[in-house]
Amino acid sequence: MVGEKLMIDVALRRQLGSFKLDIAFKNSEGITALFGRSGSGKSTTIGIISGLQKPDEGHVIVDDCVLTNVAAGLFIPPHRRRIGLVFQDSHLFPHLDVNTNLRFGRWFAPRHARSISFDAVVETLGIGHLLSRWPGRLSGGERQRVAIGRALLSCPRLLLFDEPFAALDLQRRLEILPLIESLRDEFKIPIVYVSHMIEEVARLASCVVVLENGRVKAIGAPEDVLGETASATDDPRFGHSSVLIMRVGTADTAYGLTELLHPAGKIWLAGPAGSEGDKARIIIKATDVTLSRTLPSQVSVQGTLAGKVENIHVEGPFAFVDIALDGDGKLFAMATRRAIDELGLKRADPVFALVKTVALDERTVGHPASAKTSLAVNLRTGAEKSSAASGKF
Amino acid sequence: MFDLSAAEWTAILLSLRIAVVATFWALPFGILAAFALARWQFPGRMLFNGIVHLPLVMPPVVTGYLLLLSFGRRGFIGSFLAEHFGIVFAFRWTGAALACAVMGFPLMVRAMRLSFEATDRRLEQAAGTLGASPVVTFFLVSLPLAFPGIIVGAILGFARALGEFGATITFVSNIPGETQTISAAIYTYTQVPEGDAGALRLTAVSIVIALTALIGAELIQRRAERWLAKS
Repeated sequence: MVGEKLMIDVALRRQLGSFKLDIAFKNSEGITALFGRSGSGKSTTIGIISGLQKPDEGHVIVDDCVLTNVAAGLFIPPHRRRIGLVFQDSHLFPHLDVNTNLRFGRWFAPRHARSISFDAVVETLGIGHLLSRWPGRLSGGERQRVAIGRALLSCPRLLLFDEPFAALDLQRRLEILPLIESLRDEFKIPIVYVSHMIEEVARLASCVVVLENGRVKAIGAPEDVLGETASATDDPRFGHSSVLIMRVGTADTAYGLTELLHPAGKIWLAGPAGSEGDKARIIIKATDVTLSRTLPSQVSVQGTLAGKVENIHVEGPFAFVDIALDGDGKLFAMATRRAIDELGLKRADPVFALVKTVALDERTVGHPASAKTSLAVNLRTGAEKSSAASGKF
Repeated sequence: MFDLSAAEWTAILLSLRIAVVATFWALPFGILAAFALARWQFPGRMLFNGIVHLPLVMPPVVTGYLLLLSFGRRGFIGSFLAEHFGIVFAFRWTGAALACAVMGFPLMVRAMRLSFEATDRRLEQAAGTLGASPVVTFFLVSLPLAFPGIIVGAILGFARALGEFGATITFVSNIPGETQTISAAIYTYTQVPEGDAGALRLTAVSIVIALTALIGAELIQRRAERWLAKS
């Protein structure tokens, strides 16, 4: 990424009562995700980037434009930042119809910056039939799509998503997540995405900034970072999941399945997962992984990944097993302590991990980074080196 | 008994004119004061709030006397305005309008302030992130969303102006055709023998005006709320 300009560069400190926010991160392409549980400082960070709050110290630079620099006494007010913020609960203007809501930000965008076409946004978001409606008559998912359109049409330097789907049910989320991927690819807008959902983050982000208690705990690609944080996070709230990078193989159209390939083996996904050869990011819950010493036959589970036990961590009746997959990936499995003892599993033992197809839903499959970016090219050519992460979330 | 005399008609029309003018002039200041109190933190905010509400709690005669002292011919503001702009308040209908505006101001501000406070601040923030400056945000978001409350405030101010008596009579006296409003005319009737019929006629008229204003306001407010309730 040498020679590319920095899309976002944030370093800030802020004291809020007894809570201290002290973070710094940079990223130059794709979607940057701020990941962490509530109270980790995500919302304050969003507030400071958008200019709704001021830091005590530090700077915010977006697209080579300095928006906040405390040391230099520089603070650009929110309305001159051109940062599109998509709020948790849409905040559409109730007194304006959808069409006027969408065009609101456009009135203020400088003429030379109006690069995003109204029709393209309406079409991408599929909101053409809503234009004459009023915000109060929209469903949660529709409202959020309009809110995304409104932010996008202000032709911002950066789109900020503040847990945009927290208020939506799973089905609505499944509808909207691909839209965000297409925004990233079609409109080439840098995006900062705030979430506490590992599925969303793993699926969308090219760079994850893990926040904990107001500090950056880890930063990097999701398959690297989410695992790292996991092994040190003791919060059971997030569940225990692994993130694997796999390649899409051939589809079995007769059964409606798609093959996902990994040097350690293959698993099957229900439904389509993109075109053959694409890179896909898969999230596998530790509770959905079954362990076996031999390659099993006569079982209903068909997805098998081979590896070696890297570590076993016992907790009460449970055992958490880190598996180093053949070909550099890492998978996390959970079983009872007794099962592990009866199998006699110990460190460095070869093991097969069985993954149930039905345990993987659409949410768990992402197509990270645009095919046009150098990162994607690197990853795709180096698909054999695909890494994975495991851990407790 | 509903044959109104010419003098009575004069008083009625004058009352309406004074109330309308007072409301009209007080409105922008009231909106600004309400918005400032609802949204801004500034030094002296408590004091400002207190001053805005003074006419509500002081005896009207005191307000009228203070107006006489400051806006009267020899008052420091009155003499300045008369000298430089030729605007005279003392013993003119404009003075009555000023008194009515001042007396109605706190009621107006109260209603509007509540309305501004009830609107979601985050909608204003959203407008800001979309590029709207604070002034534009005020006109495109804050003001339309507070519209029902602004109507209520305006009507309260108007009603107060119609009913205003103490401050007006102290400030600009009770001059038929110039400062004699319905209230003052009724008061005059009650001071003379056989004035009951006239007082009753004007009372009926003021009831009609008050009811019309209230019903009109209710209708406008309902319309505005239905418009906002599409949200």
